[in-house]
Amino acid sequence: MTSLKAGTLAPNFSLPSTPDQKVSLSELRGKSVVLVFYPADWSPVCSDQLGLYNELRPEFSEFEAQIIGISVDGIWCHLAFAKDRKLHTPLLADFEPKGAVARLYGVYNEKSGEAERALFVIDPGGVIRWSYVSPVGINPGADGILRALASMAEHKNSRTAQEVTPFPSQEKA
Amino acid sequence: MSLSGTLAPPVSKFDHAQGHANAPVTLVEYGDYQCPYCGAAYPVVKRLQHALGNRLRFVFRNFPLTQAHPYAMVAAEAAEAAALQGKFWEMHDLIYENQPDLAPDVLLAWAEEVGLDLKEFGTAIKQGEVTKRIKEDRMSGIRSGVNGTPCFFINGTRYDGPAENDSLRTALEEQLSKEEL
Repeated sequence: MTSLKAGTLAPNFSLPSTPDQKVSLSELRGKSVVLVFYPADWSPVCSDQLGLYNELRPEFSEFEAQIIGISVDGIWCHLAFAKDRKLHTPLLADFEPKGAVARLYGVYNEKSGEAERALFVIDPGGVIRWSYVSPVGINPGADGILRALASMAEHKNSRTAQEVTPFPSQEKA
Repeated sequence: MSLSGTLAPPVSKFDHAQGHANAPVTLVEYGDYQCPYCGAAYPVVKRLQHALGNRLRFVFRNFPLTQAHPYAMVAAEAAEAAALQGKFWEMHDLIYENQPDLAPDVLLAWAEEVGLDLKEFGTAIKQGEVTKRIKEDRMSGIRSGVNGTPCFFINGTRYDGPAENDSLRTALEEQLSKEEL
């Protein structure tokens, strides 16, 4: 299975984040989104990784990026895990049909029946700008995510500058 | 590989370092003063320094995990404020040696124990310069691929093995033999 690459339109999905709420990727258009696929709640590396992203929310929020965790664990498992680790990032349950969203992104591991440890940075227009599949035992850190977000912000700024210059009068309004 | 795990910025004179600047191997730790794994790594690093002597330089950078560890930031501030009086390592060591007792109100007593000018110490913390440095350290850690604490870099490359004496020693010796070729 090959993971989706930069430049691909991120496939839409809708998955439960709580027993009575769902999150759709399409609802997040206009925002940068970081999808964090991970094998399982509670396993040591995943918790370090999500704990790190939880810690780095101030750094991520500078880019107005929404971080979302996705694994094949059920919603009650996610809730207990998030409560125990004091995680404030939404965790989505790719539980039924199992791993369907991980498959859509090309990061489902048939052998283990879990998602790979994979990162996707999606721009406000819904296009994947950066993706990375980490060896399962290695926590990939946050440098790749932040580099992708920073380069997207740079692009946006230079585009805005080009758009603004021909219409200087708009600034007055 | 798009994830490099490479130390940025490299070690400079602004870092807190022990050992020779031209030692063949530099071990950098990104650490959190309240993190129990960093507490466990503290004697490991001491042992490595003892074993490798002049061949090893050790550098400590701040990576406080403030959500998980409410005292990590104040402890880092205390160590950085001590650094302004030339006593970074004294404070760093005292905090790790007494990690179970770490709390905001004992830091002043520790500052006194280390022999700091308490007025200057208090002012340095209030002025926020030390906090700025800690945040810069943390950002440099994020950019370098720090993925938890403690996180070690050997001559600028992230070390992904366990923070234990034997495996760290092996990795450092391997680097040494490369450098000495």
